[in-house]
Amino acid sequence: MHKYIGLALIFPLIGFIVNGLFGWKIRKEKIIGWIGSLTVGASFVVSFLVYIELLGLPSYARKFTVEYFSWIKTGGLDISFSYLVDPLSVLMAMVVTGVGFLIHVYSIGYMHGDKGFARFFAYLNLFIFMMLTLVLADNYLLMFLGWEGVGLCSYLLIGFWYDKPFEKMTTSDAGRKAFIVNRIGDFGFLIGLFLMYKYFGSLNFNTVFSIASKLQVGDSTVFWITLLLFVGATGKSAQIPLYVWLPDAMAGPTPVSALIHAATMVTAGVYMIARSSVLYALAPTTMEIVAVIGALTAVYAASMGLVQNGIKKVLAYSTISQLGYMFLAMGVGAFSAGIFHLTTHAFFKALLFLGAGAVMHALDNEEDIQKMGGLKNYLPITYKTFFIASLAIAGIPPLSGFFSKDEILWGAYSQGSFWLWLLGAIGAFMTAFYMFRLVALVFETPARYGAKHPHEAPKVMTLPLVILGFFSAVAGFIGIPESFGLKNLFHHWLEPVFEDANAKLILESAHSTTTEFILMFISVLISAGGILLARYLYLERINVVAKLTQTFSGIYKLLYNKYYVDEIYDTIVVKPVKWGSEKLLWRFFDVKIIDGIVNGSARVTSAVSSVIRFIQNGIVQFYAVVFLIGILIILWLIF
Amino acid sequence: MIPLSWYLFLSLTLFTIGVLGVLIRRNAIVIFMCIELMLNSVNLALVGFSSYIGNELGQMLVFFVMVVAAAEVAVGLAIVIAIFRNRLTVNIDEINLLKW
Repeated sequence: MHKYIGLALIFPLIGFIVNGLFGWKIRKEKIIGWIGSLTVGASFVVSFLVYIELLGLPSYARKFTVEYFSWIKTGGLDISFSYLVDPLSVLMAMVVTGVGFLIHVYSIGYMHGDKGFARFFAYLNLFIFMMLTLVLADNYLLMFLGWEGVGLCSYLLIGFWYDKPFEKMTTSDAGRKAFIVNRIGDFGFLIGLFLMYKYFGSLNFNTVFSIASKLQVGDSTVFWITLLLFVGATGKSAQIPLYVWLPDAMAGPTPVSALIHAATMVTAGVYMIARSSVLYALAPTTMEIVAVIGALTAVYAASMGLVQNGIKKVLAYSTISQLGYMFLAMGVGAFSAGIFHLTTHAFFKALLFLGAGAVMHALDNEEDIQKMGGLKNYLPITYKTFFIASLAIAGIPPLSGFFSKDEILWGAYSQGSFWLWLLGAIGAFMTAFYMFRLVALVFETPARYGAKHPHEAPKVMTLPLVILGFFSAVAGFIGIPESFGLKNLFHHWLEPVFEDANAKLILESAHSTTTEFILMFISVLISAGGILLARYLYLERINVVAKLTQTFSGIYKLLYNKYYVDEIYDTIVVKPVKWGSEKLLWRFFDVKIIDGIVNGSARVTSAVSSVIRFIQNGIVQFYAVVFLIGILIILWLIF
Repeated sequence: MIPLSWYLFLSLTLFTIGVLGVLIRRNAIVIFMCIELMLNSVNLALVGFSSYIGNELGQMLVFFVMVVAAAEVAVGLAIVIAIFRNRLTVNIDEINLLKW
């Protein structure tokens, strides 16, 4: 079956081509929507069958490279379209296509009546194709192709409603911002690849990793390679300092936010680090940087999420913060914990976004949570699933988020330091708080939306919510910590992928299970505290909230305006670049130098000819004299 | 038997007269006649060489020159008449429009 992994990529590509080229002719939304959804569903089935096949093999044999055709063959560089089938890539493919399928189905209802219906599904299918290229590639260049491809789809879909105003700009400006910020990260990624090719002489995973596994820990070139790759990851996965594009990416349609900017694309950076775990294990300094950036992002983004009023904005900051946890896990060497959180996060964050979409759908695209409230009775299914997802992300046992987040916190404590754990715990408290602030303001407080008549979304939208709700609740059981005395299936599954990296890391197992249980208990207490505080403040003592925002208006404003980071970037990066482009490159270099050379050559020609044109005086006999003299000179020269 | 050099001197003289006429005279028709004079001087040289070497090819070439010259005269005189109709003059100092 693994030989046919290419089918998983071909199906969405077919969907893209059919909907992209003939969608305007098909016109029937149902047909377009199901072409888009079923192609993704088919590729989920393919990945699932490959998963079943791998499951039947002994763990050391679960690795295949499937080569289809050669792409670039020049000198020592040999890149081909070949795919790596191993536990990690199959897991990622299943998450991408599984969650992707549900979101496609949901989109049929959400995008109903949109004039760009076929275009939307074409882009979504192209995205799935590119994302699968990214996670299934067996070399860095093919991965980079997918990496850029998903960036392109992200750009296209953020600006999908290209003429819709969005905060002082239009959605296409938001798309452009996402693309440019990503390009900055990708630049680092690309330099990393050049350096890698120079050092290892190859970009194939197998070759690079087998050379790397013989190197010493602390190799300085590997440090630079991993650091540059991480710069790429900060762009794609929205970490400090390149996270600024993700909140604006919410300008796109909500299913896009769910699929691309929550569940799949933004986790590409995490996947990339997990894939390169051997390299990262060789560079402890990079690992530390990754862990610190991850932990800081987790807290920093969560703090901004506390006061935002856009329903999708809160979720966007929550996504950044959760991605921070995944990077924290990567940084402390808890690779499989990070991937575990990636998986559970895909379920509950997709669910939260789709729920937010259902709310907006019910209230004529209202995004401001201050103008919502009381939707619990009108949207019962959305409310219940949203509530489950909020409990999951807050980390309440036994929902999925508890197991994955707790494993990361435990990893941060045991492999990292107390401070990393503390940052993670503070982030967890804020997560619980802002999620239940959202639940309270949207669903439970008295209604504030005026004369609108909210109604529950159609079945095609609620069914994906229910399915995702189910997985958000139970997905955690595949990764129960070993200290409970059970086998951690998830770790076991990913073990062959990370065993080389783990061999390089000095993993301490000195901490007792008692400490683990105590920390687990503390983190549950923290989450529960956050939830209860939010519910108490927003449901019982709403006036206290107003008083608090006045007392701490400085902090409130700072958080509400996102630490003014956009403004700071604008002043120190965007404006100087614009100034330099306009005044130096355009007005000086282009106008004065480039145009100067071109116009100068024309001017020299005309100056010379203005003198010598007087020879052309129109007197034929003068010409004849010139002929004669010329002939005489030639004759004189010859004889 | 007249030596070859005599023919050549006569040819040279006629050619020089033709060149000077083209360069100095202002009347288009006279210039035209001077061009004919140059052609005929060349014809004379060709005939002289031909009889000196004993090869008839030179004399055949003269016929070609005459045919071309006749055609040239036909076209040239037509142009001169056309110019005269337009400008009422054939003085070439007054028809020097083709310049910068």
